[in-house]
Order: sequence, then C-alpha cells, then structure tokens
Amino acid sequence: MRYAPHTDDDVGAMLEAIGLASLDDLFSQIPAPVRLHRPLDLPEGVSEQEIVQDLKSLAARNRSAEDLVCFAGGGAYDHFVPSVVWALAGRSEFYTSYTPYQPELSQGVLQALFEYQSMVCELTALEVSNASLYDGSTALAEAVSLARTTPGRDRVLVSAGVDPRHIEVLRTFGRGAGYEPEVFALRDGRGGDPEVGADVACVIVQHPNVYGVLEPVRELFGAAHDGGAATIQLFDPLSLGVLAPPGDLGADIAVAEGQVLGNHLNFGGPYLGVMATRLDFVRRLPGRIVGETVDVDGKVGYVLTLQAREQHIRREKATSNICTNQTLMAVAATVYLGWLGPEGLAELGRRCAAKAAYAAQILTQIPGVELRFPGAPFFKEFALLLPRPPAEVRDALVDRGFLAGVPLPPPEHHSLLVAVTEQRTREEIEGLAFALTQVLA
Amino acid sequence: MGAPVRRQGPPGLGTLKDLSRPGRRAWSLPALDVPPSTMPAAHSRRQPPALPEVAERDLVTHFTRLSQLNYGVDTGVYPLGSCSMKYNPKVAETVAALPGFARLHPLQPDQTVQGALELLWRLEGALCELTGMARATLQPPAGACGELTGLLIMRRHHTERGDPRRRVVIPDAAHGTNPASVRLAGYEALHVPSDARGMVDVGALEKLVDEDVAGLMLTNPNTLGLFEEEIQAITQLVHGAGGLVYYDGANLNAILGRCRPGDMGFDIVHINTHKTFATPHGGGGPGAGPVGVTEELVPYLPVPLVEHDPETGAFRLETDRPRSIGRMHGFHGNVGILIRAYAYVFLHGRDGLTEVAERAVLNANYLAQRVKEAFPLAYPDGRPMHEFVSTAAPLRERTGIRAMDVAKRVIDLGFHPSTVYFPLVVEEAMMVEPTETETKETLDAFAEALLQAAQEAESDPDLLHEAPVTTPVRRLDEARAARHLKLRW
Repeated sequence: MRYAPHTDDDVGAMLEAIGLASLDDLFSQIPAPVRLHRPLDLPEGVSEQEIVQDLKSLAARNRSAEDLVCFAGGGAYDHFVPSVVWALAGRSEFYTSYTPYQPELSQGVLQALFEYQSMVCELTALEVSNASLYDGSTALAEAVSLARTTPGRDRVLVSAGVDPRHIEVLRTFGRGAGYEPEVFALRDGRGGDPEVGADVACVIVQHPNVYGVLEPVRELFGAAHDGGAATIQLFDPLSLGVLAPPGDLGADIAVAEGQVLGNHLNFGGPYLGVMATRLDFVRRLPGRIVGETVDVDGKVGYVLTLQAREQHIRREKATSNICTNQTLMAVAATVYLGWLGPEGLAELGRRCAAKAAYAAQILTQIPGVELRFPGAPFFKEFALLLPRPPAEVRDALVDRGFLAGVPLPPPEHHSLLVAVTEQRTREEIEGLAFALTQVLA
Repeated sequence: MGAPVRRQGPPGLGTLKDLSRPGRRAWSLPALDVPPSTMPAAHSRRQPPALPEVAERDLVTHFTRLSQLNYGVDTGVYPLGSCSMKYNPKVAETVAALPGFARLHPLQPDQTVQGALELLWRLEGALCELTGMARATLQPPAGACGELTGLLIMRRHHTERGDPRRRVVIPDAAHGTNPASVRLAGYEALHVPSDARGMVDVGALEKLVDEDVAGLMLTNPNTLGLFEEEIQAITQLVHGAGGLVYYDGANLNAILGRCRPGDMGFDIVHINTHKTFATPHGGGGPGAGPVGVTEELVPYLPVPLVEHDPETGAFRLETDRPRSIGRMHGFHGNVGILIRAYAYVFLHGRDGLTEVAERAVLNANYLAQRVKEAFPLAYPDGRPMHEFVSTAAPLRERTGIRAMDVAKRVIDLGFHPSTVYFPLVVEEAMMVEPTETETKETLDAFAEALLQAAQEAESDPDLLHEAPVTTPVRRLDEARAARHLKLRW
C-alpha cells in the first residue's frame, strides 16, 4: 500500500520541469560511499487488508482488560471512557493538525487547550496550568527543574511513597541536571520526616501514595515551607472530586498522570502529563501555554503565549526542551471533564472509594491475606500482604480471568497493589475474592 | 483596487463555561452495588471544582464547532517546513484502537502481552534496518525526549571511560530543541556556522572539536533541506577527537532506502515518527521519538528493553541492565503511536518506503522550481531534498511585504502556509515541505497562490497587510496576550 499519488506521467512531467532525467538524479548529492547499495532488508509492502489482519493477530496474542477483569493500577487505571470523548477528540481536524503556529487556522485546538488549562486550574485549586507534558513521570522531572532555581538550594527530597518509576525517571533526568533525588522513609506507609535544610530545593509527595495510602500532605508541606523549600505534589486527577486539591494542601507545583482523564490504557501511552502551579512560576513553566487575546478587529481569540520561555525562541536558555507534547490527550481530557462536571467527578470518586473499600474488606477475610498498612486511609487503591510471592499469585489469577493487581517492587516482597475503578462490579470483586481463595488454598 | 472586502468569519464561540447551567449533566454511572463509604474529613474536598455543567449535546456541538475552526492535514496541503505534515493513513487509527492494544495495562505480566511485545520488537528491528543502528529504544515519547535520551547515552559513554566532556557542537541552523536538550543533558552548546553553501563549515568545525567535545548533533539532510555532502569528513573529524555523532532524525523521511545514518558514521539516531512514519501530530502531540544506537552503545539504552528468546519464541521486558541510563518515561513510551508507525512501515515495505523518500524529494524540488523566481532559494547552489528554504527578502526590499504577510495571504487563498522565519539564519525565511502525499495539481495550485501573493505585493499590498480576512479570527495581538496574561476562564 502506498499513499503517494503520482502517476508515471506526473513523475515524468515533474522531472522534466526540474530538468532531471531520473528520480535517481534527485539524490545525486549523496556521496556514493554512504549510499545504500542494496534493497532494504524489510518485507515487501502489503495491502491494507493484510496489515489489519497482521495487527489483529498480534492483538489477539494479548490478554487485555477486555477479557481479563482489571484490578491493575500503579499509575494507569481501567476507568470507563465515554464514547463522546474520542468521538470529539478523534475528529481529524484536531488529530491531523500541527502545533498551532498559525493561530488563525488553529482556533479550535487553541481554545480547547485554553479550556483544558482552565479546568486543570479548577481541579487543582492552583492558578496556572500548561497545555500538557508527556506523562506523570516526566511532568515530575519538569516540576523539579522548575523548583530548582535558587542558587544553593539544589537537593531534591522525595517521599518513599512516590512511585519508584517516577523516582527512576527523576534519577535519569537528574544525571543531566546535576542532582540525585534523595528518598525519605515513610512511617507506617505514609508521612515521614524529611530534613528540610537550607540546601533543599523541593520536597515531593505523592497523594494517594504508591501504596494507595492518603498522605498527611499539609503537615509535610508545612515543614517543607518552614525550611524554605518548594513543594511538589503528585495527584490523581479523578480523586479531586472527593479529596482536597493540591492548592489547598500547600502544593506549589502539582503534577499528575492524566491517563485517567479519558485516555485508554494503551499499554502505557500516549498518556498525559498534567502540571499546575502558582502564577509566580508562570514565566518559567515548561511546555506550551495558551492565552486569550483579541484580533485586529477586537474579536476574542487564542494564541500560544509566553513563547520566550520555549526552546524555539530561547534555545539553550529555554526552561525545557519540550516541543511536541500530548495536546490531543489534553483535548480528550477537556471533553471528559466536561462530561463529568463537578457532580460526576465527585460521584465517580465516591464510587471508586466505595468499591475499593468493599474489595479490601472482603479480600482481607481470606486467610493469610491482610492489608499492608492496616487502618491507613486509602482512595481507590490499596496494598495487600500475601502469604505467597505476589507475582506468582497474580499469574495464577490470570488463568482464572483476573488481572489481580501489580506486585510492588522490592523491598515490598509480598505486596500486591490492587486498584478498583468504577468499572468493577460487586460480582467481579467477589469473583476475585473467590479466585484468590482458591489460588491460596 | 480599493481596500479589500472584508469577509466575516463565523461568529466567535463562547467557552464551555458559558454553556454551563447548574444541574445540567452529561455523566452517567451504574447504580452503586456495594455499601457507600466516606473519606476521612481531614482529606475531603470542601469546595467542589467549578467545572462546567453541560449536557452531552452541548459537548458535542461545542467541540464539533471548535474542530471546524481548525485546519488539519485532512483539510488540505499543510506544507510546514521541518514538520513533514503528510497524510495520516486511516488504517493506522483503526489498528491502534483494537481493544487488544487499547485496553492493555502497562504493568501486566509479560506472558499476557506477547503480541504487543512482538510488535515493538519487529518495529525496533525495522527502525534499526532503516537507520543502520544495532538496537533502539522505543520509549521516548517525542523527538525532543529522544534527543535528551541520546545525549544522556553520550554522557554515560564518556563518563564510563573516565573522560567526562563538557561541550556538544550544534549547527547554527539547528532546531531549538537541540541546544535545549544539550543543556538538559548537562552540556554546554557550541555553535558551528553554516558556510556559503548552507552546509556545516568544516574548517570552523575543525577548530571547535577538541578533547572537551562530547559530540556533534546534526540533521542530514540539514535544516536548510540540503544534504551534507562532506558528511564522512565530518563524522571522521568528530570520531578522531573521541567524540560521538548524533543524528537528529527530523529529516530521515528524505533518505529512506537511499542511505542510512549508520553508514554515514552516526552513533546515535532519533526518529520522529510523525515526520517519517505519518503518525498524526494531534495538534501538538502525542509523538514518539525512538532512539537507535551502535553496538557499542547498546548497554546504555533505557530500561526496559524488549528482548526475545529465540529458543522459546517468548518476548520479555528486560529491566536488569546495570549500565542503562535509566528510565525516560513512566511506562513504555507512546505505544499507541508506535502501533501506527508499525502499520505505516509494514504497509509500505522496502520499496514503498524508498518511494516515500523519492516522491517527497520530487515534490519539494518541483515546487521549489515553480516558485523560485518570486521566492528565490536561500542557497541556490544546492539541490533541495524533501524541503526547501526560500527567502522573501527581495520581495521585502521591493515592496515592504514580509514573509509573514505572504503566509497570511496564502491562508486567504485557501491554503495552510509554509513555515516562516525558520531557520533563523535565513532572512525572511519561507521553509516549504509539501511531502510526498500531495498531487501535482495541489502543488501547482499552491505555487499559483504564492506567485499571486508575490504579484499582489506589488499591485495591491493592502491585500497582504490586511490578510487573513477569511478566517474565524484575523491577526491576533500576541504582545497583548503576553502582557495581559489570561490563561484560564
């Protein structure tokens, strides 16, 4: 299958207009020694029908949340995606456009991003949002670079309740930026006691944390501010109908994995990096920002603004190297948040919390199964302590039709993280309990 | 001729908030089938977020109308130079949406994701064949992140050898992400000028490259759309001083099947899937920025990497790679985009991909030929590859009309304009990349529009000063947007 539309006559006429004899002549400036003197070692092209068949057979070799009951979380969640989200975000005027450099031809995506920024601010109770970053982990790395601006304040303190994958990404980015994230321990699954000295740039807390536990964020951030450090919170956007928002908890910068906002699981991406902060950070905020303005006739319109922060203007002095971001996911998030509204968001949060509480209650009735942190409050996810290695248990449950959760990495050798979204029914939760009982018997 | 007749665009749309009415809703949820629970009061939200309250009907109309204010590749030719806005095959959307991919959780056990891992493995193999690299990571979610990945690999290579270096050389015409990535990787950017032919000034490069230079980043064809003819001398020069050479894959689409970065002497390559493999750009993402490396650098690739056991036929995600630079993304990158890239690569196959490059270069050269009298090539001695850089400087000299005015007039004539004012090294630059998927008729019509604009610049310049007049909004006050920040409702 090919998409170039040229007929042989077209090719002939165009070569003639250019004054060349053959297509090979178009490449004559490539020095002979570096040319590829053989065909590519790839299969022949195929028809559309054949590629669909090929991909269907690959897809059939996966067992997705379509046929396994999904209790897996750990940063990506099987929430329901209403049809309207991708019916709209999937309109080709959105998905086949480029970054809106010509605003007169891009008002659709620009206004959608303005609305996205507005809703993220409402959600987080913070003053300003950018137009998206890659994902939650890289958004955290960007937040750290935003927070590390005061000379002498270089250290980055991270709660052990932050997902280890986020910390790994920070460690990678830190090698270039010149910091090594320092992890402070939790007490009984939350809190901890970061020592915020005069050399600390920021304190990072994830709430709910990697064990699903709700953190004493106000206390941690209060201590961080007393020590003069900036505060960064990782949050779950769908928790914010029921949980206090980062802005109320003392977060200077709030970042999130926005997959839950209308995006499918997609085996890890494309997802959405959400970032909101206080207005005083706006001139160093990474990524695109859309602003409202007027045209020459005084009509309201939208443009990319504060571009002097960005790589295409600022080059090596830019606050970030980000160029292409996750705009389409931000458009989908906007539609999804519009679909939920304040009441739907709160009700969704209550459903997840109720179902997670019910699941925790009946799963811990199984002999040998207990909560990793009994009594600690959680939202839609909790860690179970199992009598057998969790990966083994999880694999056995796959055979019974369940994706039971995500085994937590060392030092948590016996913990399985279980997430319960609004999609899980009582029957499925009880089915998991039954299957787990059998597996452990 | 008098003042242009101003055609009224559609009336402005309010925001979704303007449609909000208390109690209106679009959401639905099944009845609660478990006992309700309550959040501890200390953690509860007191004030609900002021999200809009709208009906589903409102959402559909609002976002449909917004989409209609947007120009996409599906609307027509989108000749933004350096952006490669080619047609995005619909089948790629179909296959990426298959539930066996779309509903796959990233932390499932390997035995439940064999199809996805095999897809990633095959795609990696194809990318290595196309670039002449040994292995590749598919994790970076966009080209700029690929650049940082490659530079961190470069950094690890030098530090492991006990030879940390401080600088990376970049051509003055480079895309802004290059210097920004260099700084994020902890290096200082050194700029090498272009010579009179629009290519790297090899003499100047020779003076810059020393034992403190970690490497060189280069696009080839370069940012001016020209093939660096002295590429072998350049890569040898950098290697001779112990540096590595990084290939910015922004223009890989021009050389598919004709030559490969690995054969030119590059050590690290990133690919922008939207430019080379027609994954849709989404109005600013999602992208994907796979990075390939030579055998020597494979140990540094990010974790996890897909591995294949030829004996059992099983695929797995390998995380135990002690010399790896680490993780560049929370999960496995933008897999949904990589699936689209896979579909594109294997639909075209070996001859189809070679033809992609041929037709892209043919279209660019044909269009350059059609417009060069009005908009001369910035570097007329070189043959453009898949894109060309013209200049409106002579037009400006004669008429005062600038490249941006031409771009805005082209909008009124029914087209998306080219990139303007990039690369920064060309005065009144107009960077045009028609891509291989446009017909000769479309190229002719676009050329006519450019020529008409040039002619009107002489005869009726107000048409250009006033343009655009046919769009939903006219020229917007960007200075005001930055001065009086309004970033939310």
